[in-house]
Amino acid sequence: MSQPVLDISGLRIALPKGADRPFALEDLNLTVEPGEIVCLVGESGSGKSLSAGAVMRLLPEPHVHVAAGSIRFMGEDLLAKTPRQMRDIRGRDIAMIFQEPMTALNPQKTVGWQLDEVLRLHTRLGRKARRARALDMLERVQLPDPRSAYNAYPHQVSGGQRQRVMIAMALLLSPKLIIADEPTTALDVTTQLQILKLIRELQVEEQAGILFITHDFGVVAEIADKVAVLRMGQLVEHGPAKTVLNNPQHPYTKALIGAVPALIPPPAKPLSSAPVVLKAEGLRKTFAARGGLLSGKRKAVAAVKDLSFTLRQGETLGVVGESGSGKTTVSRIVTRLLECDSGKVEVDGTDILAASPRELRAMRKHIQMVFQDPMASLNPRKRVVDLIAQGPIVHGTPRKKAHADARRLLELVELSPAAATRFPHEFSGGQRQRIGIARALSMEPKIIVADEPVSALDVSVQAQVLKLLAELRDRLNLSLLFVTHDLRVAAQLCDRIIVMQNGEIVEQGATADVFANPQHPYTQKLLSSIPGRHWTPPVLTTEAA
Amino acid sequence: MKPAFPPVLGYALRRLLQAVPVVLLIMVGTFLLLKLAPGDTVDALVGDMGGADAAYIERMRAEYGLDQPVYVQLLTYMGKLITFDLGWSFVYEQPVSAILFERLGVTLLLMATSLTLAFSIGILLGAIAARRVYSLTDNVISTLGLIFYATPSFFLSLLMIYLFSVKLGWLPVGGIKTVAGFYTGWDHYVDVALHLVMPTAALSLIYLSFYLRLMRASVLEVADLDYVRTAKAKGAGETRLMVHHIMRNALLPVVTLLGLQFSTVLGGSVVVETIFTLPGLGQLASQSVVQRDMNTLMGIIFLCSIIVVVVNFLTDLLYARLDSRIELA
Repeated sequence: MSQPVLDISGLRIALPKGADRPFALEDLNLTVEPGEIVCLVGESGSGKSLSAGAVMRLLPEPHVHVAAGSIRFMGEDLLAKTPRQMRDIRGRDIAMIFQEPMTALNPQKTVGWQLDEVLRLHTRLGRKARRARALDMLERVQLPDPRSAYNAYPHQVSGGQRQRVMIAMALLLSPKLIIADEPTTALDVTTQLQILKLIRELQVEEQAGILFITHDFGVVAEIADKVAVLRMGQLVEHGPAKTVLNNPQHPYTKALIGAVPALIPPPAKPLSSAPVVLKAEGLRKTFAARGGLLSGKRKAVAAVKDLSFTLRQGETLGVVGESGSGKTTVSRIVTRLLECDSGKVEVDGTDILAASPRELRAMRKHIQMVFQDPMASLNPRKRVVDLIAQGPIVHGTPRKKAHADARRLLELVELSPAAATRFPHEFSGGQRQRIGIARALSMEPKIIVADEPVSALDVSVQAQVLKLLAELRDRLNLSLLFVTHDLRVAAQLCDRIIVMQNGEIVEQGATADVFANPQHPYTQKLLSSIPGRHWTPPVLTTEAA
Repeated sequence: MKPAFPPVLGYALRRLLQAVPVVLLIMVGTFLLLKLAPGDTVDALVGDMGGADAAYIERMRAEYGLDQPVYVQLLTYMGKLITFDLGWSFVYEQPVSAILFERLGVTLLLMATSLTLAFSIGILLGAIAARRVYSLTDNVISTLGLIFYATPSFFLSLLMIYLFSVKLGWLPVGGIKTVAGFYTGWDHYVDVALHLVMPTAALSLIYLSFYLRLMRASVLEVADLDYVRTAKAKGAGETRLMVHHIMRNALLPVVTLLGLQFSTVLGGSVVVETIFTLPGLGQLASQSVVQRDMNTLMGIIFLCSIIVVVVNFLTDLLYARLDSRIELA
């Protein structure tokens, strides 16, 4: 039996006074064997990223520090190392891959320089040898043109390629242990699958141990050998991936897995007879080439090309696609937050795009939005009741009545009426998104346009918010235009979906049909990229999360 | 379609074209504003002479063209300005351009040294304070910065004159050189440098505090960013982190401020030049206002607006050099 690469035992990380709990991690025991991928799963705030920080000895000390336990790397006690020794280990023996490829690379240095830095720090190779080594590594992570990537600045390569660069940087010196902190969360599904495959391949070649931190059970199903589930700093369950995924024991794991949307679309609703509430025809939007004599030129970008769709009463239409496909632009045009170049959007037979400012204001009542980031879309200086009542007051509802309505709406979205007088920052992400929904509902709209409303939420919260949206839709007979990049979410909620690529609809139809029998190659690619698509979450009966 | 000349030249040309209407607008605006002020050159000159009869005053006005309607005066002035003719100063009895060039050197020297000092010492102290945040060092640096920030420059100047010139007698009270010294060669430079110590200190200490505070905040912010964490995870040491990963990124907002301040230092130098009786543009400006020397004043403003435009352009170039994400366009 070989020695484990990483052996964490009894690890306890103390949080500063005044935090929500005294210890971020309590009695964590975890081992990573060579050639093994161990997934550390948990929701936000479970302490999973801090455990990575502890291994690297990069905790924000002294506020957050290791209070007890040991971390052994190849049998050596990491906690006993001097800062100097630790610096030698970092990057050479233990490497890290971070979540945000956008921000994890220094914007002012070329990709090559940043790879070179690792070699300069840890080897005595000459300049030419270092360059050859870096280029070789860039090739191994399958960058299309390693030479040009070597000389490029991070902003000049795409997000997926940047993550490849990060991986190349981590693997340069063949470390024994790689810590990957949500390495694919910020990527599109197709890119995510490529990166996961790449990590898998290279890890097999190098026989490195990987501690893979994620919140996504789809990713776990795709890549993990072993799974450890964290909840509020406590390890609630661990074991081989198959066992944990298909036969979870702990109620929390069961709840988490139960919340993963299965790739089974809802039964088709008989909607063909329902009246059309929203009809878009020939929408076009080009972000124009700017400039001329007195300023610089920018290339024109066609965000939406000749788009038409209809939305019937009580229906949920999903708009899916990867970043840059134009799906957000569609949601902005439909609500006329963005002026469109040509086309019509009819709400109840009136063209909202041709409406005068006065008419538009009246029409805004019928079509409301729920935004992605519940942190950023609520004014932090206003009380919840004012946030919700604002719209109706602007439209002439007496203040008292609007406030009373707001309180009723809070109940409708399953928040306590006492929430009314509090400020947005006092709520969790899921609760904030409920407030966002209540705000949209306060205008009694016919249509709600939701732009990635659950993307920023943990999976269990996500499930609750989706359920709420579905319930409200049925109860109030709302129509939903639901923009998302997450096909699992789309499968769960949408009656029909349109798949967008480069500003065009490549496929549309009933969700069940599209999922069962995708016609367009792009749709097929998207569907086959869903992480863990071969794994159907077991149907679990739990007594609520 | 590849331009036949380097893109920077094309950019410079475009900026030059953009600058022309800006400068013209400034000139027209100031001209009209100055005309709104009560009194004119003749009033000031006559006041100096101790009075004159009405016919004489009328004749002087006609001679200087001040009897014309304002728009005619404006058109005449702008017409000359387009050929870079800044006119004649009736107070100094010299062409305005000659006076300006005589005075520009002192102000530029004062500005350049104060800003260079303020900038380099400011970012250095700011970076040190940020790396030892909330320690004694940080507290001392930040408190000193706050004190300089809060002290008006005239007060600081007077305090220094009292201490170094009156009490200790180390430094000259004012002027740019010892009047009866007639130094040549190195002695001249040393003499000028000694005269500039206090004005430079007075100007730079205040600006220093801006840079210090901004740099401290900027370094603190950058030090928390993901790529600094990446560098740490690579095993980079403290010095390396600071030099390669933090400083360069933290400098960007400070450079913006440098560009902005270069234009306001001219305003600040009015006070300092007046107190230390330095023959610079600032002093000239304040005297010209008192004497209603329109042409000189307009000349100073013309020169300043050109300096501001040029400095802005240079700042943008520097910014593009420092931040690889920015392309000149």
